[in-house]
Amino acid sequence: MALIEKTKVELGKAHPLDKYLRIERIPTLWCPGCGLGVSLAALLKAIDRRVKEGVLDPKKIVFVTGIGCTARTSFYVGFDAAHTLHGRAVAFATGAKLANPKLELIVLGGDGDIAGIGGNHLIHAARRNMDLLVIMNTNFIYAMTGGQLAPTTPPGLYTTTTPQGSREKPMNVIKLLAAFEVNYVARGSSIYPQLLEQYYYKALGMRGFRFIEVVSTCPEVFGRHIGYRDPVTLYDELKKRVKVKTKPSIEESSLDWDRGIIIGEYIVNDYPGYIELIMGGKK
Amino acid sequence: MAKVPLEKQTLLNVNGDEAVAWAVKQSLVDVVAAYPITPQTIIVERFSEFVANGEVHTEFVAVESEHSAMSACVGAAAAGARAFTATAANGLALMWEILYIAASLRLPIVLAVVNRALSAPINIHCDHNDAYGMRDAGWIQLFVENVQEAYDTTIQAFRIAEDERVLLPVAVNLDGFFLSHTLENIRILPDEVVHEFLGGYRKIPKVKVDYLEDEVPLVLNPARPLSFGPLDLYDYYFEHKMHQIEAMKNVPEVVREVNQEWYEISGRKYGDGVLETLYVEDADVIITVLGSTAGTVKHVVRKFRRDGKKVGVVRIRMFRPFPHREIAEVLKNAKVIGVMDRGISFGSYGQSYLEINSSLYDYKEKPMLVNYVYGLGGRDASPELIEKMINELLSDAERGYVENKLRFLGVRE
Ligand SMILES: Cc1ncc(C[n+]2csc(CCOP(=O)(O)OP(=O)(O)O)c2C)c(N)n1
Ligand code: SF4
Repeated sequence: MALIEKTKVELGKAHPLDKYLRIERIPTLWCPGCGLGVSLAALLKAIDRRVKEGVLDPKKIVFVTGIGCTARTSFYVGFDAAHTLHGRAVAFATGAKLANPKLELIVLGGDGDIAGIGGNHLIHAARRNMDLLVIMNTNFIYAMTGGQLAPTTPPGLYTTTTPQGSREKPMNVIKLLAAFEVNYVARGSSIYPQLLEQYYYKALGMRGFRFIEVVSTCPEVFGRHIGYRDPVTLYDELKKRVKVKTKPSIEESSLDWDRGIIIGEYIVNDYPGYIELIMGGKK
Repeated sequence: MAKVPLEKQTLLNVNGDEAVAWAVKQSLVDVVAAYPITPQTIIVERFSEFVANGEVHTEFVAVESEHSAMSACVGAAAAGARAFTATAANGLALMWEILYIAASLRLPIVLAVVNRALSAPINIHCDHNDAYGMRDAGWIQLFVENVQEAYDTTIQAFRIAEDERVLLPVAVNLDGFFLSHTLENIRILPDEVVHEFLGGYRKIPKVKVDYLEDEVPLVLNPARPLSFGPLDLYDYYFEHKMHQIEAMKNVPEVVREVNQEWYEISGRKYGDGVLETLYVEDADVIITVLGSTAGTVKHVVRKFRRDGKKVGVVRIRMFRPFPHREIAEVLKNAKVIGVMDRGISFGSYGQSYLEINSSLYDYKEKPMLVNYVYGLGGRDASPELIEKMINELLSDAERGYVENKLRFLGVRE
């Protein structure tokens, strides 16, 4: 309770990004050391820059999320937001964009939400080069439900549904999306927030389908299972593994917890987006 | 089978989800395919520990959605496996398409539904609209009152599903959090007793195929190719649906037999397996209820009885097939019935009210009915609320008519 009292600050006075948040809903339910807050701050900074440039109108931004820790984001932002069903955020956002092409749709979700249960929607939005920004938070586990096997779980990891170690191979979503003519595919990390902000900033000024994977820290659930429960240790461990590269090739994109994970901008194109295609150039 | 004395039944302190996991562990299940969702998660987590420890022979697969979970169970069961999965709320909604396939292909899959309110808005707590949503899919639906019954019923479900008079999938419903996350002391039977009760591993039924000489096992087997679920238009579809309708008719008898046999082994039974009644013989007011709320209702009704008020309870353990005749026989002499539904069919009444209403239609002398919709999204059905409801019903009985047939218990005005 005391914590809640303390955070009752006057809107817009505590932090320059407060204007984009629902301060009354802060603090978030995210755990100490979670990468989600860092990632959101980077996104809001990028949005702020685009708003100041006149590229984005904050009244036209819509956050669409499914279900999961990542999906809670829609609860905290001051934009229009839809907290939809587990796996269905991309489909929902596609509908919203078609109904009102003037909206800037930002989809956020965990890797389970976006690439597991919702994987089919992701594939077909990419195939259409649908005008959406999709942000996938890769924390290597199903966090909200308490630590089950996720599509990105490293092989051999103990999770609550693989108590003997996972025998499945993780999914490389970057490589999957390289099969389509999409406009932007990048992988960033919550441990490099400035870089992440650059990717967000760039993607927010583009058309068509844009995808950013955020390799993030979840000390509470992933950390506990892999043996780095302490947020600082998990951060350090991730830092050892994440390597930054300019113009990495798709061949370098594997999501390999043991041998390292390369972040950078994998795909940059400027194909017409779906909306332009169906409207014949009219916006 | 011989009775297992209480001291030979292991005492466990577990919650409802763990009780289900223990039951599945003992039931020689070949395949479990599941996707996590609160409040079901613990079932699958405990079970995957049993798999990892080598305590079961089961193949466990952590699939990517509930749609896939039920699909994998359909494939497994068609290939001859005893298959199990568990889900709740939106997970069950996502299974919906395959629920019909499982029932229509007559595959004896067992599904634990840990009842939870459906989105939107998102809510993780208990109500029954998820289960009510699958009532037309062709599944047998059983509702349990406590953790012990969750264990007992899960084992019974395999027997009921695989009985050759039935061959239908069974959903075992337990209330989210109220049962799934509540610790209770329960007794479990020795493994070998459960194995014997189930008749060992799943037995494949044989069917007559019109163009073949002898009967063939109803299973995918390349040595004897069969097709499951091919195109079936206006020529035969209707006849196949008649088979499902006929199989459902056999269910109450099988559920009663299994309940009785379980009683002989374990010393535990739940009414006649279909309905459980308390103080109904001379009651003026009878409450009908499903799931864990029955415990609270019984508690409150005992209090009314001590005050000399003629109140009784019927707990509906089997919702599908619905025991129309049986329940009408129990209710017909009362003055007024309070039908409790932890769910509602929007634009109509609570789902069990509709059933009870049609059960009584043909009787000349029949009680008045009131539908109480309660507990949506996990709202507590406290003893005080139940007391208030019974007092209303008692005055309805005295007055001789009811004004408002659809009432909402414990909601803000
Ligand atoms: C249809 C359906 N199935 C299951 C769930 C339960 N559920 C909620 S969040 C979640 C997964 C969380 O993992 P992820 O999507 O990776 O997001 P994170 O919490 O890690 O951010 C699951 C399985 C649900 N809400 N709906
Ligand atoms: S469980 Fe993990 S992902 Fe969820 S809020 Fe906590 S640290 Fe973040």
